[in-house]
Amino acid sequence: MEYFNDHKKLFITAFALFFFLTMMVAILPALNNQKNNKPLPGSEPLTADATAGKAVYVKNGCVACHTQQVRNVEMDKVWGSRPGIAADYAGNERTDFWRNTATLMGTERTGPDLANIGVRQPSVDWHLLHLYQPRAVVGQSIMPAYPFLFEVKNEIQPGETEITVPDEFRKGIKGKIVASKEAMQLVAYLQSLKQTKLYDTASIPKFLYKKKPELAKAGSGTAEGVEAGLDGAALYSTHCQSCHQANGMGLPGAFPALKGSKIVLDDNPELLVDIVMNGYDPRPEYAVMPGVGQAANLTAEEISAIINHERTSWDNNARKVPPAEVKKIMEMLAKNKGI
Amino acid sequence: MDILPSSHPVLPVKYFRIIFVTGFTLGANSVAAQTTEVQPALLSQPGIIITILLLLIPLLAALVLFVVKMNRMVGRVGSRKDRDEARRFAAYLQTLNAEQITELEQRRNVLNYQVPPNELSGTLTPADKRGLLSNINEKANIRFIAEKKKSLNRPQIDPALSKLILWFLGTATFWLVFGTTVGEYLGIKFVAPDVDQFSWLSFGRLRPVHTNAVFWGWSSLAMLGLGYYVVPRVGNNAIASIKMGWWTLVLINSAVVLGSLALMAGINNGGGEYREYIWPIQLLFGIGVIITLVNYLTTVARRTTHEIYVSNWYIVAAVIFAITISIVAYVPVWQNGLGETIIQGYYMHQGVGMWFMLFTLGLVYYFLPQQLNKPIFSYSLGILAFWSQILFYTLIGTHHFVFSAIPWSLQTVAIVGSAGMAIPVISGTTNFLMTFRGSWHKVSGSYTLPFFLVGIIFYFTGSLQGTAEAFRYTNLIWHFTDFTVAHSHLTMYGIIAFFLWGCIYAIVPRITRQEPPQATVGIHFWMAFAGLMFYTIPLMYGGTLKGLMWMDGKPFIDSVVMMFPYWLWRAIGGTLMWVSHLIFAYNMYKMIADRRAVNINAVAIDELSKKDYELVDFNDKKP
Repeated sequence: MEYFNDHKKLFITAFALFFFLTMMVAILPALNNQKNNKPLPGSEPLTADATAGKAVYVKNGCVACHTQQVRNVEMDKVWGSRPGIAADYAGNERTDFWRNTATLMGTERTGPDLANIGVRQPSVDWHLLHLYQPRAVVGQSIMPAYPFLFEVKNEIQPGETEITVPDEFRKGIKGKIVASKEAMQLVAYLQSLKQTKLYDTASIPKFLYKKKPELAKAGSGTAEGVEAGLDGAALYSTHCQSCHQANGMGLPGAFPALKGSKIVLDDNPELLVDIVMNGYDPRPEYAVMPGVGQAANLTAEEISAIINHERTSWDNNARKVPPAEVKKIMEMLAKNKGI
Repeated sequence: MDILPSSHPVLPVKYFRIIFVTGFTLGANSVAAQTTEVQPALLSQPGIIITILLLLIPLLAALVLFVVKMNRMVGRVGSRKDRDEARRFAAYLQTLNAEQITELEQRRNVLNYQVPPNELSGTLTPADKRGLLSNINEKANIRFIAEKKKSLNRPQIDPALSKLILWFLGTATFWLVFGTTVGEYLGIKFVAPDVDQFSWLSFGRLRPVHTNAVFWGWSSLAMLGLGYYVVPRVGNNAIASIKMGWWTLVLINSAVVLGSLALMAGINNGGGEYREYIWPIQLLFGIGVIITLVNYLTTVARRTTHEIYVSNWYIVAAVIFAITISIVAYVPVWQNGLGETIIQGYYMHQGVGMWFMLFTLGLVYYFLPQQLNKPIFSYSLGILAFWSQILFYTLIGTHHFVFSAIPWSLQTVAIVGSAGMAIPVISGTTNFLMTFRGSWHKVSGSYTLPFFLVGIIFYFTGSLQGTAEAFRYTNLIWHFTDFTVAHSHLTMYGIIAFFLWGCIYAIVPRITRQEPPQATVGIHFWMAFAGLMFYTIPLMYGGTLKGLMWMDGKPFIDSVVMMFPYWLWRAIGGTLMWVSHLIFAYNMYKMIADRRAVNINAVAIDELSKKDYELVDFNDKKP
């Protein structure tokens, strides 16, 4: 066409088309989103420590492997209680004069999603040890180690946190391994990553693409207490293994062992179910256990599968607890706490 | 010819015979089927079975004999008919007169005609009067690797422009080696995470060093350098300002140096992929590109051709779009909250599609026909691909965030646009492949065409793989897994890098008049290609398994453990790719570095003039 033999007309037309489309799919939606979304009522702005921690997160490029988005699909149910919505990210603004906003949604899950990590794993001790050497708590992790976020000292000052590192990961360090300010700030940021509760239940997006329920295996009666299709070992691996380890031995000085534990082996599973649901903090030498059951909305069947796995593995030999009994205990616990 | 009886279509009698006889014997089987009911137990006894088989053997022999005899009998009937026909024909021939016989003899001579051996070559002795034949290899040696065509001796290119282009390509090569060394190291970290624990080399900091170095260092510099050749070439004029070109070179290289150092030190723009350099550093890159845009536009405006060749449509538009998306991505006005994510999706994808892909396509529209010595198959297809690429590609940015909190409508637009991408991809691929029509034999004799061919194939497969990834169900399986890493390498490496290598191997020997060693070019090609396959196929397979494990609700750590062998294969493939880049760098050195070669002819004449020989100039020209 003769029209396009004029370079001005050609390139202005091309640019105009491109710019028009850019407005439609990028600029206008972004402006629209900015205008129509505010942080949720229950959400708290980041504390100073958490803001500094977010800068550490950005500095070390954690977004390269970790996402912070719970998608509205069934398989993301393990990462949060509800799918993420635009308002969850509305609190993010331009970092500073030199940098753009950091929503940190991420594009790759080499490591787990962190949108709700503050609920799922709030333990400071766990995070510090995990940062120092991930393989100390998760043996097969490929996350890089961050020993440069820690200092080696002979005496700790008040307010500083020392971490107990198992010998094989100490690399011969004799002094005390202490978390630097950056490490504490980073953990503060991780602890702040919680999904805000949405009270308007009608507006909560649904998890799509539900899995079809598996057919119950014939003859797997409730006498054994094993729900058809629920893998106790897999559930343990997802919810408990990062602290109590695959061999049930935990980590001395951080997480107690389940192997040979009186609480686990007790014939009356009340305390065990209470711990799984609501957490536990009786001894200062161990880290605080979060309420894993509450955070992950575990059902009675799932808890039954988990504790049965604990009660029958690693030379443990206690009776299996059927889901019905667990359900009764959970109801009693809820009543006692007035929930 | 009416004297011969037209041969009536004789139905092949032999077929009749076979059908007739076989049908008869098969019909006989229906009789055999009426065997009386024998107790099954009896028939399964071995002795009984052997006896029955022994009985069947003579029966079968009789059957065969019967068929043969029937066949022969039917045959004899047929041949009797043929003999009668022959006798009638002989009788007819005896009635021919002399004139008819002469005609028949002439016909026989015509049918027996053979072309004389020198019909086309003539009777003159061969003589090459215009120097058309050169490089005649009189020693018939069997080469281990087939010899490829060398580039033709063409008129020299402006030395100032040559220097600029070579500097662009040389620095690009450096960034390729640097960037992929970092990439190789990252691949090793996947399988050996404790290989180092320094903050400057930690994975999260190094990953953007790798991506940005190969994007803005290798790919962009190589593209721009090649553009400095193509843009004036297709407008049949000179580049507007070579000095401005040097400014671009310095600015972009500075940006990548400073950016890489900054990222390793932890100075990061917030984690948006491919824009991790903070704005002061990216601004250097941006200014460099703006300078080049002015340069290119002025060159196009001053062209001596009436039309603008399609290469310049792509190249100049790509530069315009690169500047646009960089501004949109860095301006903070619309980037609070999820707006940043919408912009990020837009930027990420326009970067690869409207900068790298569009520019490279423009280069291919020049270099491919040049290397094939054939015109592009269809100009119109090229224009169609241009406009449809702008229309569809711009819409698809949000497909990076399907199922996220971004508005569902925007995600759907992105998915539909991703499907629409089939139009520019198929038209572009068709255009390039059809340009090869009739010249496929040139591929095995050229060391540049294989690169182009691989690039075209991956252009088709890699782009449509992207389309497939955007659809909701496959996105469900593949999102967040290593499948996307495989895709990004299939495209940025399989398409862009291979095309750029093809263009570089086409142009540098033209500029420096020094060919690279053909063996090492071949090694580069095969190692890069094989490496890419070892890289991407395990990741695609493993990534699919990973996604399925997640959908099955398996514990996350199990999916990490599962991927280990695939990451190992990826590291192996990556190593092959990395070594091929070292070989590429060596080839560049061989092409560019001044070879202190002795010009035998000139030195020989010098020797003669020293020894008091009088040189007689036959042609009145300087020797």
